[in-house]
Amino acid sequence: MSVRVQIPTPLRPSAGDQAIVEVTATKVGDALNHLIEIHPAMGGKLFDNGKLRRFVNIYVNDEDIRYLDMLDTAIKDGDEVAIIPAVAGG
Amino acid sequence: MSASFVKGMKCRVCGTTYPVSPNNFCTDDFGPLEIDYDYHSITEAISRSKIEMRTWNMWRYREFMPLDNDPTVGLHSGGTPLIKANRLGKALGIEDLYLKNDAVNFPTLSFKDRVVAVALSKAKEFGLKTVGCASTGNLANSVAANAASAGLESYIFVPADLEKAKILGTSVYGAKVLGVQGTYDEVNRLCTQVAFKHGWGFVNINLRPFYAEGSKTMGFEIAEQLGWKTPDQVVSPMAGGALIGKVHKAFQEAYKCGLLEKEPTTRFFGAQASGCNPITDAVKNNRDQHKPVKKPNTICKSLAIGDPADGYFASRLIRDSGGWGEDVTDDEICEGMLMLAEYEGVFAETAGGTTLAVARKLLQQGKLSPHGKTVLLITGNGLKTQDAITSHVEPPTHIAATLDAFEAVRESLGDFTPLAKTQFKTQLVGV
Repeated sequence: MSVRVQIPTPLRPSAGDQAIVEVTATKVGDALNHLIEIHPAMGGKLFDNGKLRRFVNIYVNDEDIRYLDMLDTAIKDGDEVAIIPAVAGG
Repeated sequence: MSASFVKGMKCRVCGTTYPVSPNNFCTDDFGPLEIDYDYHSITEAISRSKIEMRTWNMWRYREFMPLDNDPTVGLHSGGTPLIKANRLGKALGIEDLYLKNDAVNFPTLSFKDRVVAVALSKAKEFGLKTVGCASTGNLANSVAANAASAGLESYIFVPADLEKAKILGTSVYGAKVLGVQGTYDEVNRLCTQVAFKHGWGFVNINLRPFYAEGSKTMGFEIAEQLGWKTPDQVVSPMAGGALIGKVHKAFQEAYKCGLLEKEPTTRFFGAQASGCNPITDAVKNNRDQHKPVKKPNTICKSLAIGDPADGYFASRLIRDSGGWGEDVTDDEICEGMLMLAEYEGVFAETAGGTTLAVARKLLQQGKLSPHGKTVLLITGNGLKTQDAITSHVEPPTHIAATLDAFEAVRESLGDFTPLAKTQFKTQLVGV
């Protein structure tokens, strides 16, 4: 399944200066792993000892994965996965 | 102001430093960025007497604000009253009770006027022409008003189901108002995407490190109003959870820079509505990380943030300071609003009712002490949330314009009693 991963602007230097990275995966976790395979610099930013970092939120088609199945959330062709910093608002 | 006391920005998680820029998060681990000050130089530059000579508004603490030059927006914000609430204190059984009343802040009647003054002054320093925010209402009002006076274009994103008064109080300033179908958290996520895509200055997103510092002035004012002493207890409403932390930070900075003699030992208590209580839930269940609330359901819309950005830091501060967190029902919130109005003549919005009702609950639980100086943070004005309280207030008695008509109804109006009409009717849950 080909999905698009949105990279937040300040992180684009670690993702080949791209706003969107196309990856192949059936679950959100695999999509992020594929992203890291393509752009290894993203690995330590997103994960700490295999755990998604505290201040990063992941959305599938604008729905927060914490309300879905976290990294096991299923994704299908054409889905959009967004990486969004959590420290906003209030 | 001749010099800036800002060294740069620093990640609150890993400590990585960054030059000042419109960005809110660390590109190593997504941790929040915070302003890094040169406290040594601030200590040399200020003193109590120097501050006391300045105009009574938030900018008398300008050295602690993250600007390079004199402020240009929100020059009259802050400087709100600290009310000694004797009648309310007696009714509740709190010995030495104060209300920090930001319901009368300028220009838009909430504590958000402080943060927006800093954020938009900084936006102008950055040369930004378009600003915006994700808001539950008070911030919307303040960004719209201050942007109008500063000649900036503003895009304001709010949940579409917000109180009418808060939407009107935004549109009136000529802002572009977007009522987003969704919760505040969805609005916030959308705004993060918009802010970075367009490079605009969203006060609580990419300008958040600067914006949040404005809340410290509420803490500096409290300390100064108490005679350069910090209170024993503070009860703060929590939405994103930043205010409580910034008041604590202000007390620490005031001590560090020689404005206080005694090291602050204030205990911090957090207040939320039961229909949206991610932070108090984390405190009560001793969880490090809050569980986000997907669909907040409370009349207290200004606190209806299900996934608070500072939830982790707020719950940690509450526990570390020896305080506690509680949440209250919508009925208790209304009673709290009425008690503030009837005992102290303060018409606060729903968040104020929440804070008072939580203080009462914590007192009955024995978590909040009846002794020592206790300050409740009143952050917004009741005129903006009239819908919530309308059915709880008696309508006026209509009479003919004759003396006879007045005498005929006078007895039914009842005798004056120093006790407020409203007594807490709700049974306390979980006490």
